[in-house]
Amino acid sequence: MEVLFYIFAALAVIAAISVVAQRMPVHSALSLIVVLCSLAVVYLLLGAEFIAVIQVIVYAGAIMVLFVFVIMLLNAGREVPSHRSRFAHWLGAPLVAAFLIEVLFAIWQQFPTESTRPAASLNAGPAAIGHLLFRNYVLPFEVTSILILVAILGAVVLAKKEF
Amino acid sequence: MVPLVHVLALSAALFVIGAAGFVFRKNIITVFMCIELMLNAVNLAFIGFSRYLGNLDGQLFVFFVIVVAAAEATVGLAIIIALYRNRNTLNIEDLDSMKM
Repeated sequence: MEVLFYIFAALAVIAAISVVAQRMPVHSALSLIVVLCSLAVVYLLLGAEFIAVIQVIVYAGAIMVLFVFVIMLLNAGREVPSHRSRFAHWLGAPLVAAFLIEVLFAIWQQFPTESTRPAASLNAGPAAIGHLLFRNYVLPFEVTSILILVAILGAVVLAKKEF
Repeated sequence: MVPLVHVLALSAALFVIGAAGFVFRKNIITVFMCIELMLNAVNLAFIGFSRYLGNLDGQLFVFFVIVVAAAEATVGLAIIIALYRNRNTLNIEDLDSMKM
């Protein structure tokens, strides 16, 4: 089981680099779908079955279909590189690496490997999630429904022809 | 069982890659996808803590983050379509003012 985590973690990182490195938006979108699906497997290995299924259905299904649809609708092609600053061109990658090392160092100091043992068992089935959602989190759930209603109206108004 | 620090390291790596893409890319749709990548990195940290603390609340937060991401993607892509109709470009260097 541990081997699976590392395989899919490596796949997620490689695909994430591909999302950033591709010049064509469609290739980026397909790479992002690989990231989302491998993260769903990681969630499964971490005992979050419900979230793993939601990740595949909502993220890899609905949201990414929306992205690919818009990319095709706008006919987004290869992006043109701008040569405004040579300084930024050479300094970008080392700065990103420094940022990553800094974050990893902070995490390593805060959570050493020996000090964190996983909880014995975690019941994360849909029933347990549903109980928690409709007892402790009823108000956020209702507010979320309003948010989605506003998003629907906003999308319809913004995408109207004469706007 | 995988140590928590490895889960957090994966989360940090994905977040940094997403942040780098957000700064480096010129296409507004790719920039938007990098935001989704960063949201997923945060979700992974939530799931990891939920597993290691034996507490389901983290998974509920991920649920809400996914819902908000869906709403954000809908409105954001609608704004991109409206911008493209008006400016006829997706390059963020040409989309630097909010006025239509």
